[in-house]
Amino acid sequence: MYVAVKGGEKAIRNAHTLLARDRRGDTSLPALTLAQMTQQLYLSISRVMAEGSLYDADLAALAIKQARGDLIEAIFLLRAYRTTLPRFGYSQPIDTATMLIRRRISATYKDLPGGQLLGPTFDYTQRLLDFTLAANGEEAPATPQTQAFEAQERVPRVTELLDDEGLMEPDAELPEDHEVGDLTREPLEFPAGRDLRLQNLARGDEGFLLALGYSTQRGYGRTHPFAGEIRLGEVEVSLFVEELGFDVPLGEMTVTECQMINQFAGSAKAPPQFTRGYGLVPGQGERKVMAMSLVDRSLRWQELGEEATSPAQDEEFVMSHSDNVQGTGFVEHLKLPHYVDFQAELDLIRRLRAEWFEKNQKTTGETADLEAAQ
Amino acid sequence: MTSSQGTSPRGAPSTGEPSARRTAMATLANATIADLEARLAAHPLPQEHTIIRQPEIGLVMVRGRAGGTGAPFNLCEATVTRCVVALPDGTTGFGQCLGRDKHKALLCAALDAYWQQEPLQEAIESEILAPLRNIETKRKEQTKAEVAATKVDFFTMVRGE
Amino acid sequence: MASANLEFSLAKAPAPGLQNPVHEAQGIFRALMNALARPGKLQDLPELDLNPPAPLGKSTAAIALCLCDYDTPIWLDKELAAAKDVTTYLRFHTGASFTNNPMDAAFAFVSKPENMPPLSAFAKGTSEYPDRSTTIVLSVSSLSHGQTVKLSGPGIKKEQGFAATPLPPQFWREMQTNNELYPLGVDVLLAAEGTVAGLPRSTKITFQES
Repeated sequence: MYVAVKGGEKAIRNAHTLLARDRRGDTSLPALTLAQMTQQLYLSISRVMAEGSLYDADLAALAIKQARGDLIEAIFLLRAYRTTLPRFGYSQPIDTATMLIRRRISATYKDLPGGQLLGPTFDYTQRLLDFTLAANGEEAPATPQTQAFEAQERVPRVTELLDDEGLMEPDAELPEDHEVGDLTREPLEFPAGRDLRLQNLARGDEGFLLALGYSTQRGYGRTHPFAGEIRLGEVEVSLFVEELGFDVPLGEMTVTECQMINQFAGSAKAPPQFTRGYGLVPGQGERKVMAMSLVDRSLRWQELGEEATSPAQDEEFVMSHSDNVQGTGFVEHLKLPHYVDFQAELDLIRRLRAEWFEKNQKTTGETADLEAAQ
Repeated sequence: MTSSQGTSPRGAPSTGEPSARRTAMATLANATIADLEARLAAHPLPQEHTIIRQPEIGLVMVRGRAGGTGAPFNLCEATVTRCVVALPDGTTGFGQCLGRDKHKALLCAALDAYWQQEPLQEAIESEILAPLRNIETKRKEQTKAEVAATKVDFFTMVRGE
Repeated sequence: MASANLEFSLAKAPAPGLQNPVHEAQGIFRALMNALARPGKLQDLPELDLNPPAPLGKSTAAIALCLCDYDTPIWLDKELAAAKDVTTYLRFHTGASFTNNPMDAAFAFVSKPENMPPLSAFAKGTSEYPDRSTTIVLSVSSLSHGQTVKLSGPGIKKEQGFAATPLPPQFWREMQTNNELYPLGVDVLLAAEGTVAGLPRSTKITFQES
């Protein structure tokens, strides 16, 4: 039961002033600029854009600054902001084969056409703290080396290489008249199609998906994964504008994509072949796309005639708990006043205790009488 | 109630001859506002256009495809700013670009309108679009060359006896 | 959803929309909000420099530009649907799609109320989502003349007299039935020159004893 109470306006106002002061910190230090953040903290920006489900690096930077670096709070701010904007439409599906590639690796083919391009990666670093970054007057980084390259309009995906032999399952198509599900328009209902699942995972919490993906590797719904291909780069986004009758280019967007290849022994529904889990996020988010593709594959158990035994295969469990804004809302609402609720609980517990003691005393009394009689 | 989703079927035939216009629009959308303004400062446009749709910030839901080539799904929204202008003869110019720069959307719309005017098209192509394309190509070539330098050269090790 | 295939082209630039979309739309929205919060009480729309194509009235156009967007399918009555300039104007400025089926419409615009379909032809919402109903905007010439009815219910202190013209002959009976469906039902906005009044589904209608 909720009872409206008033009060605390002054306390709230003063708390917000305190928050603003603490957010700014020592004013003898220069304030962070959004440009500094988009340039130097791009992976935080990426995470906020992916889970805030809004591609706009400057807004993500503003949100992180306002949230004092609390990324989930920043994600919440982006989600709130997007509700104030009108929808112009749905883009044409982006084509990651035409990506301007900045990183592309495969754990399944050493000699994939185009080669293994490491790009800007933490892999192969020693994970030793670099104290030169802590020193004032950090030196300008070395100019990256360059090398001649082959011009390629389209970089084929690794999964296309196995397609010819029928060893790789083809990408699932949905019927022509299938309207692509949109979580921002229609409330979630189960069972959900793969389109809704992918949308849900793409905006899901990275930590949650990482834990679920990890659980599948440790044996909870094992899927024998290989990182078929991971790529990072820029793709063109275009929108069909009815007045013009063609797809109008809107600019380029950074995305990270992962194709996870999974062994599959075959079932009554499908022959033995490699199956796939898919991951795609805006910005640069390699851990997230890898985890996403593991969970995407796990959630496909029904379609492939597998047995569901593990949390990562439970669509309702995964999709209902992947959203950290929803999770935050429900967990954090517990700190709001529940005075009346609690008062009722208190009364109940007092009554139950009284009843319990009364009953126990009676029983103890009866036992004593019985013993005395014997 | 479901909303209609105004995307064309994949590969829908386009009406008219949009490819050159589309290419011009892509160049404008990919240009930075600083580069765009620098070109326009050197080659100012006529100012005969009126705004019929004020620059407006909104959202486009960006779609991907399951597995890269399969059924579409909704990835995330992106901020987009759009604007439409009209010339005195009724020609409309459309500007739309990712992000929230209203001034850029307006410049793109005006350029799209004047580009459709025979006498102006050539000058816009050579004085504005060509230099912008040049900047874009250089940037992309530089990225590709830097990434190519991180390509792994494998050396096969002899194993066993 | 059956989407209407109304002719739409930009061979000619449509008439301009709101000059200052944010502030003007806020002003219109406030009038509409008050119209539904105070049923039957006339609300002035802000001064606007709008020249919508006939037979789309200026007030109706203002309401459409304020409320309609990409996510709100629009149903138009025969007169409006037949006017190519009107469909182009609405489509261009709101981004909304058109539907032939009033049941699919989030908003319905009626330029000739005398000929409109019964209210029951429009979406009344579902018990899970009563908001998935049609808001019907009627263009009227007067919000003071015509058969006077008494309004009561939420937002009305005791009773409010109300009259508008033109309206279809069965309109007030249908509005009574609509009220009985509450919390389902349609909401009605009546737009006259520069003025608007609202008749939400929660409003009870009684006839004046004569």
